[in-house]
Amino acid sequence: MRKTFINTLVSLARKDERIFLITPDIGYSVLEIFQDEFPSRYINVGVAEQNSISIAAGIAMSGLIPYVYTINPFVCMRPYEQIRLDVAYMNNNVRIVGVGGGFSYGAAGATHHTTEDIAIMRVLPNMTVICPGDPWEVEQALKESVNYKGPIFLRLGKQGEPIINKEDSNFKIGKAITIIKGNDATLISTGNTLEIANEVTEKLRNKNVDASLISMHTIKPFDAELIIEILRNGKPVFTIEEHSLIGGLGSAVADIIAESSFNPVFKKFGTEDKFSHYVGGHNFIREKFGLTSHKISESILKIVSKIY
Amino acid sequence: MKELTELAKGVRRDILYMNHYSNASHSGSALSIVEILITLYFRTLNIDPKNPAMENRDKFILSKGHASTALYAVLAARGFFDKSVLNKFYIDDGIIPGHLDMESVPGIDCSAGSLGHGLSIGVGMAIANRYKMINSKVVVMISDGELNEGSIWEPLLLAPHLKLDKLIVIVDYNKIQSFGLTNEVINLEPLNSKLKSFNWDVIEINGHNFPEIEKALNKKTDIPKMIIAHTIKGKGVSFMENKLEWHYRSPDKKLLEQALAELN
Repeated sequence: MRKTFINTLVSLARKDERIFLITPDIGYSVLEIFQDEFPSRYINVGVAEQNSISIAAGIAMSGLIPYVYTINPFVCMRPYEQIRLDVAYMNNNVRIVGVGGGFSYGAAGATHHTTEDIAIMRVLPNMTVICPGDPWEVEQALKESVNYKGPIFLRLGKQGEPIINKEDSNFKIGKAITIIKGNDATLISTGNTLEIANEVTEKLRNKNVDASLISMHTIKPFDAELIIEILRNGKPVFTIEEHSLIGGLGSAVADIIAESSFNPVFKKFGTEDKFSHYVGGHNFIREKFGLTSHKISESILKIVSKIY
Repeated sequence: MKELTELAKGVRRDILYMNHYSNASHSGSALSIVEILITLYFRTLNIDPKNPAMENRDKFILSKGHASTALYAVLAARGFFDKSVLNKFYIDDGIIPGHLDMESVPGIDCSAGSLGHGLSIGVGMAIANRYKMINSKVVVMISDGELNEGSIWEPLLLAPHLKLDKLIVIVDYNKIQSFGLTNEVINLEPLNSKLKSFNWDVIEINGHNFPEIEKALNKKTDIPKMIIAHTIKGKGVSFMENKLEWHYRSPDKKLLEQALAELN
């Protein structure tokens, strides 16, 4: 996703001279193509994340469109008050781009993981929260972000994510994408678990469970309309995210269910309330937290078998 | 000069009155910056009260947003909004809050209230001006206590590196912060050489002397400018001057009258 991010940003910056890229000294071997082509619109502020966000606010207050890019925890947690006040409170057109959502940085350790970011970003007034599920969604989100009003948090995966969306997918910030339409259950995924969710639907199909696959790329504004539509068909609903079970996609869906007149079979898949002390790559840690298509599909099959 | 001195008296009266009727604090912090704000808004800043969003205006960020009453009073005096707005401070159904909200009234270039944000935002504005070839100043006022914030040292390092020569920082060095004297809470000294070693053009002035303030603001430099303004917390009201308690207290009717009498 990060290659798609920088390539898309470069092509957008060719057409729009308001686009700036700011980094607190992260992005070596990724950001250079922007730096080389637009040196006056590229600023490495040094290892100073708080400064990077507030500077971006000052640039946005002057009518320009800054994208701040670094590793996810450092762009959305270290400078949280700067985001709250200088970006959200003042409603500035700052784009906060975090690379490596969830456990993407695997063996780097918990300092580089983020399983709390969606919760803390979606609670901020004015903030739009986008977690693209594949590189195509990254590209679409970026294109729409240029003229979008207000601040945006863009949670990227890292690298090697396959494109899951189909040719006929339509992207709009705030509107989820139904990638597969099924009759027996609905799987809703946000961010970099889209690949896993897609595998889960395949595994379920092999067991004759015909499930829908939804990419909920925008967590805020949340596509509540689609959730209500899903609830109307009365089938089980499952959410999948590489994020804490507290405050993320699952919580957002649960909120809607709780206030609706529907009472569906519902289960959230995400990370339990603990830090990773495991050492290993992205998939190794996912496995430890039960975030594999195998474990999730087994769990869903158990639930569904009681119904059908 | 005489006119500026009269203006300062009026602004001080407004500050005290606002803090009196709203029972709000930070009188001392506002009184220490009156001459500086008046010089900025009546002498040096290129601004137009009729067009507060003018693109090539000079911008001012009051990073020590708790001194908001001083800015409100000066903006009203300069004609950015009607003076009656000053009766709507810090009360139910009010208009202007204790700390700055740029959506509240025209003329506020940046919201503020949590320390250690404004200078970075000013750096961003100066970067944007340079990119857009707008030859305007960005002035940021910080407090001495604010220099305790780690985040303030990030732009203090970066601004000279970027040679932001249109960026001016003013430190309101009244030497009293929330819990006591700055040199007792966490000593800033030697402040001048510390900032000079960060590659700022450092100027020390008496922050209540109009000609000194104006001269420092107008001094030409090719690196960012840091004006250390020596000021007196609570300036202008004898029983408030250099008193920590006036960081918190609000003048009751009797003390207000006493203070106003001193200012008349």
